[in-house]
Amino acid sequence: MEPLSWTGALGPWLVPTLEAALIALALAALAHPLALLAGYRMGPGPEASRSGPGRAARLTGGLLRLSLWALAAVIVAFLIGGLLVQPDAKGILGRIATRLWPVWLSLGASFALVALFRRRLGLVGHLLGNPAGAVGLALVMFWVFAALFADQIAPFDPVTDVIAGMKNKPPGTPLPPPGDAAYGYYLLGGDALARDVFSRAVAGARVVLAIAPAATVFAFMVGITLGLPAGYLGGRLDILLSFLANLVLAFPVILLFFLLVTPEIVAMGVPTYMAGALFLFPLIFLTILWNSRFRTRPPLRAALIGATLGLGGWLYAGLAWNADPLGIVSMPAGVLIVFVSVVFVNAPSVFRIVRGLTLDIRTRDYVAAAQTRGEGPWYIMLWEILPNARGPLLVDFCLRIGYTTILLGTLGFFGLGLAPESPDWGTSINAGRGLLQFVPFPPLVPAVAIMSLVLGLNLLADGLREESLKE
Amino acid sequence: MTAPLLEIDRLSIAFTTRRGDIPAVADFSLSVATGEAVGLVGESGCGKSTVALGVMRDLGRTGRITGGTIRFRGRDLGTLSEPELRRIRGNDIAMVYQEPMASLNPALRIGRQLMEVPRLHRGASRAEARDLAREMVADVGLPDPDRILNAYPHQLSGGQQQRIVIAMALMSRPALLILDEPTTALDVTVEAAIVDLVKGLGRKYGTALLFISHNLGLVLEACDRICVMYSGEAVEQGPVRHVFDRMRHPYTQALFRSIPLPGADKTTRPLETIPGSFLMPQDRPRGCNFGPRCTHFKAGLCDAAAIAMRPVPGADDHQARCLRFEEIDWQSRPPAPEATAPGEVGAPVLTVSGLRKYYEVSSGGLFGRRRRKLVRANETLSFEARQSETLAIVGESGCGKSTLAKVLLGLETATAGQVLLDDREVQETPIQKRGPRAVADLQMVFQNPFDTLNPSKRVGGQILRALEVFGVGATRRARRERMFELLDLVRLPRDFADRMPRQLSGGQKQRVGIARAFAGGARIVVADEPVSALDVSVQAAVADLLMDIQRTRRTTLIFISHDLSIVRYLADRVMVMYLGHVVEIGSTAQVFAPPYHPYTEALLSAVPIPDTRVEKTRIVLEGDVPSAIDPPPGCPFQTRCHWKDRVPNGLCARELPPMVELGSGHRILCHLSAEALGEMEPVFRLAAE
Amino acid sequence: MAGFIIRRLGVMALTALSMTFIVFLLTNLQPNLEKLAKTQAGARITDAEVASWIDRNGYGAPMLTRYGEWLGVLPAPLTTDADGRAIGGRCLRGHPGLAAEEVPRFCGVLQGDWGYSTKFRRPVTEVIAERLQRTGLLMAWAFATMVPLALIVGVLAGMREGSALDRGLSTLSIATTSTPEYVSGVIFVAIFASSMVGLKWFTGSAKSAVEGATFQNFTLPVATVALYGMGYIARMTRASMAEVMTAQYIRTARLKGLSFRAVVLRHALRNALIAPFTVIMLQFPWLLTGVVIVESLFVYPGFGDALVQGAQNNDIDLLLAVSVVAVIVVLATQLLSDIGYAALNPRIRVA
Repeated sequence: MEPLSWTGALGPWLVPTLEAALIALALAALAHPLALLAGYRMGPGPEASRSGPGRAARLTGGLLRLSLWALAAVIVAFLIGGLLVQPDAKGILGRIATRLWPVWLSLGASFALVALFRRRLGLVGHLLGNPAGAVGLALVMFWVFAALFADQIAPFDPVTDVIAGMKNKPPGTPLPPPGDAAYGYYLLGGDALARDVFSRAVAGARVVLAIAPAATVFAFMVGITLGLPAGYLGGRLDILLSFLANLVLAFPVILLFFLLVTPEIVAMGVPTYMAGALFLFPLIFLTILWNSRFRTRPPLRAALIGATLGLGGWLYAGLAWNADPLGIVSMPAGVLIVFVSVVFVNAPSVFRIVRGLTLDIRTRDYVAAAQTRGEGPWYIMLWEILPNARGPLLVDFCLRIGYTTILLGTLGFFGLGLAPESPDWGTSINAGRGLLQFVPFPPLVPAVAIMSLVLGLNLLADGLREESLKE
Repeated sequence: MTAPLLEIDRLSIAFTTRRGDIPAVADFSLSVATGEAVGLVGESGCGKSTVALGVMRDLGRTGRITGGTIRFRGRDLGTLSEPELRRIRGNDIAMVYQEPMASLNPALRIGRQLMEVPRLHRGASRAEARDLAREMVADVGLPDPDRILNAYPHQLSGGQQQRIVIAMALMSRPALLILDEPTTALDVTVEAAIVDLVKGLGRKYGTALLFISHNLGLVLEACDRICVMYSGEAVEQGPVRHVFDRMRHPYTQALFRSIPLPGADKTTRPLETIPGSFLMPQDRPRGCNFGPRCTHFKAGLCDAAAIAMRPVPGADDHQARCLRFEEIDWQSRPPAPEATAPGEVGAPVLTVSGLRKYYEVSSGGLFGRRRRKLVRANETLSFEARQSETLAIVGESGCGKSTLAKVLLGLETATAGQVLLDDREVQETPIQKRGPRAVADLQMVFQNPFDTLNPSKRVGGQILRALEVFGVGATRRARRERMFELLDLVRLPRDFADRMPRQLSGGQKQRVGIARAFAGGARIVVADEPVSALDVSVQAAVADLLMDIQRTRRTTLIFISHDLSIVRYLADRVMVMYLGHVVEIGSTAQVFAPPYHPYTEALLSAVPIPDTRVEKTRIVLEGDVPSAIDPPPGCPFQTRCHWKDRVPNGLCARELPPMVELGSGHRILCHLSAEALGEMEPVFRLAAE
Repeated sequence: MAGFIIRRLGVMALTALSMTFIVFLLTNLQPNLEKLAKTQAGARITDAEVASWIDRNGYGAPMLTRYGEWLGVLPAPLTTDADGRAIGGRCLRGHPGLAAEEVPRFCGVLQGDWGYSTKFRRPVTEVIAERLQRTGLLMAWAFATMVPLALIVGVLAGMREGSALDRGLSTLSIATTSTPEYVSGVIFVAIFASSMVGLKWFTGSAKSAVEGATFQNFTLPVATVALYGMGYIARMTRASMAEVMTAQYIRTARLKGLSFRAVVLRHALRNALIAPFTVIMLQFPWLLTGVVIVESLFVYPGFGDALVQGAQNNDIDLLLAVSVVAVIVVLATQLLSDIGYAALNPRIRVA
């Protein structure tokens, strides 16, 4: 079989269009700021922007917009064309687009749903009207669905399918005969161990998206449970907690990782103890949450706290101490150490943010009103202050998932924690960086994957921030 | 008459938003002659500040002038190019606004900010500019100009900052000075001084003033002509006294009748509230904007077509935007609602004796030596409040009235002294140890309507929570029923229970706050400036609501306020505080008539009264309120008192005066002899008509 | 001012002590020591031999005592054999064959003795000094490109919030903050140094930069370090600038008749740069991560590489020293940032 070209039968049509659009975009992107600046110099002040920029700037602006649209159209044409043409006319891009069909389907369905109910969805509905937010949401959802449907999308097993002769092969290489495998090509080439780069990138999404959001949630639980009392009660507690938080924050992250994520530390059982402490916080948090809210309704309170402690205790025993009596819940040691250290690094930042927000919100009259009805401090913290901090916290949550993804990549990049054959993106970059100058694809693909996911999260956060400010 | 300095002709301004254009100002005409002072009044959202910014052509990215012209010395400001506009801004037209601290650049010394103006517009040299600045600082009545010029804004007090802002505006001797609520953020006594200063300087330099305010009394004091705005339009304009005495627009009249003038009385002549609420610009009706709320509304006439300003006979230049002003009987008042008999004042329910509250603060900032300093927020306060009585606590910012409220409620514990709630001592019991009954008995209404409700919880839920905590109602259903009754009590529709606070107006939020306070059947309610953040027409409604509930429930109301007009209107007894001390206490009649405490006298004289019949003695206090960290020795008021020389031997500076009983519960904290006190004259009189 | 600095130095010293103790604890765990014994004395020694090696070389004392010895406040005991010859002990490391009486009693950090690197077989001080110099060069270039660019981008974007220029520059900043060093480094090498695109403008390794940094071998590492931090500073600057531009005093300045340029330069800039200043200073702990990544990606033997080598080779003294230097640098920049913040902000300076 012939190696695949990137674009297949669409190439002769679309590649020149793409090049033209790119050149136009580059020209416009260079010219537009210059034209704008020149315009400002002539007529600064708020009127200048209202009466519109100069004619030159309007021209370059139009060109910029036009070329952006053209670029987007070409990319969409690649995807749709790739999906639609005859199987043997498909290039690499077309085939990838075809493999990803569950993602396109779900993405289309979820966006249609959001658009349909945008009025009732509040903030999420507004996001669609915000270009940055919509693009961010799309990127994030893309990876979420890719992770969900990884088994359907990936043509090969990311770890065990090692096919002789495919080591360090370029994208689009057909499998060597006898070719009895399920799929005929390594779409994005093979890595140094002759595994399929495309499959590993898709499977990597699953690892990353399983750890990063969960770790961020835990970091938030810890940060909120400690930040609220530090900000609200103040005093010695605040001094102590702030000192500890600053202590952790003053450690360069990389140093902490090199100190914490080592086989020696794991041998000492340190991660288990840390998990034992850190994983307690969600339990504490929920228990206090229910207790403070429903102290006036004892039966409901007892039910909720009982459920929390029962279910939470079971998960806690399994996750932190690997002692699930039913043997269902557990976490591999490598994942646990990675998880714990990422939570440990993030929690102090969340603590600082929550503490700052609390200091601000506690001066409001509705907090004083709660005090004058004799509410306890935890009720005030959790039910009066926390809900009103949700805007900035939500924005930070999105940013922090992105940051956590970067941290996971960093750990993988240094080969810390996760197993060397793990398909996660950081580990893949680490495995491929040695031959980077000669076989760029094995590290390049996961690098682009990390970038697009984090970019999506950051854009989403930016959109959320903008929209919540407009409210 | 000469050609006007500023001539605004049929001006319309709109703001672009997501939901389309919002017309903020429509068909607005006004002229200001050289040297004239024109007042622009109206409630928040009426477009008065937008007019000012339109004149400066500083409407931001979203605002634009959609019609009409603004001529300054005959030149159309709308057609000027940016550089031409810059030559006018700050040079011919200058502007001062509400927050003095925010108006000054925190990172630059005062001198530099002042000198910038002549250097820019006159090309003055550094030395010339500095001389001019020094002169100007002296002109606005600040001592030690050189020290001030070298200071940073945060080193000055609020009053001093506002003087600097005014000095900066006057640096280039502009022909027109626009003042946008220049005193709203300041205390009454400081406000009086600033208004005097502006008036004097305007006269001295021949500067025309466009004075924007919501305070009719200030406009009467400071202006020659007035323009009343409602919902983006001018509804009436003319010479100040003429408009005040013979108003010819129903809105102007409604505005006047909703503010407590001397003579208003909560039982015999209660305030009239304007029915309905302010409409958003996009909901404006056809015809008269005030139509839906007007008692003289006539369908088919008032809502037929746009209404133009019509001249009012009797004075040149008096105009009103009303089609029916000839027909309306301007003297008639609607029949007063059947007066509920004032509640019988009962036994004392709250007795405070020798209460003291000191705070420790660490001062010195980042670099100074960190020293623990004592803030003496409350000094030996003694008073009592009886059942069904309204006790007003009056004082300027920093007098300790809010601290007192916190101690009463148990949010803070007292340093010394005694607080008796009924017969129990609670001065050392923090609120969490008071028990639900005692907590429900003593509740609070807060100042800021935008802050009083938790923005992320539904209105009904917030009242329900209070009911839950106070143990009212056995079941959820019973509590829900009770919550609806509370909404009825504060005259809000029951479906407000499902609304979020952001869907409510300021007055409505304040009503919910009141409902919440009365949830547990409170017997004592501390209201901390409950109406001061509301518009005047809403103030009356909320104050009357409080009074009504008080009457029917025989509640003790402790009404904290800095606004003496409203205090005189609704209080039974008044307590005046200064620097943590009670300086005067007595019945409302006693406190508002001589003999006064010198501070009360100054306070009273500083209150602007929008009534042309009132003649006032002006007593302008020098300086600012001293800090509670470092109070003056002797009498707390001695640094600013102008009766001080009537007390021999400098006693005032040495000894804290005794609380002198002047008869039937009227007491003042003063060294003045009975003879000197007897010489005091009333601060204001109603001139015979 | 002096009082403030002394107090800050006190807190700093406390923080530094806590941090170094934590690092000491984590690097001197029993498994580390056993591994060290095996690498030093042979991989096949018995458990008993391991224990005696540990005792003989002064690793057997309680943790706090050893920390005191490492600091130089406690004397380090010397192990001697029957003949009184020094055969082991903290102070003998790196100086084998010294006579017992010549061995100093104290040999901690305070005495300037940072220990001996088992990996490089040289005193740690030498390794650190040499590598700090190299990394200093990298950092200096990174800062010199990153900070001015970020500030310009941030100010331009923030001075007119919501304009096309703002949108473009903000998106650019967001894109760079989404690109960690190991991603941008890989992409840069793939584009500018590999055969994939064929633009072999730069070299994909900075090994030769040790001999002398050139445009060819140093551009990619510097760009990689600078890119990630740049977006962050630019966004901070933009937010701060946008906030300042809506402040009342900016309106005052505008209505004084000042031109837009004068408003921005004279009134807005100074207030707007206060917040980013602290951010820039607090970038150091982040930059260290970037430096470590870049140095291993581009094979540049600097300070970050020393950290990796120390950690991977169980080189306890080197890892400790690297950590301490990193911690001190971080704390010092925090102090600088506080002082600078106060110096820029008159409200704090005079209060």
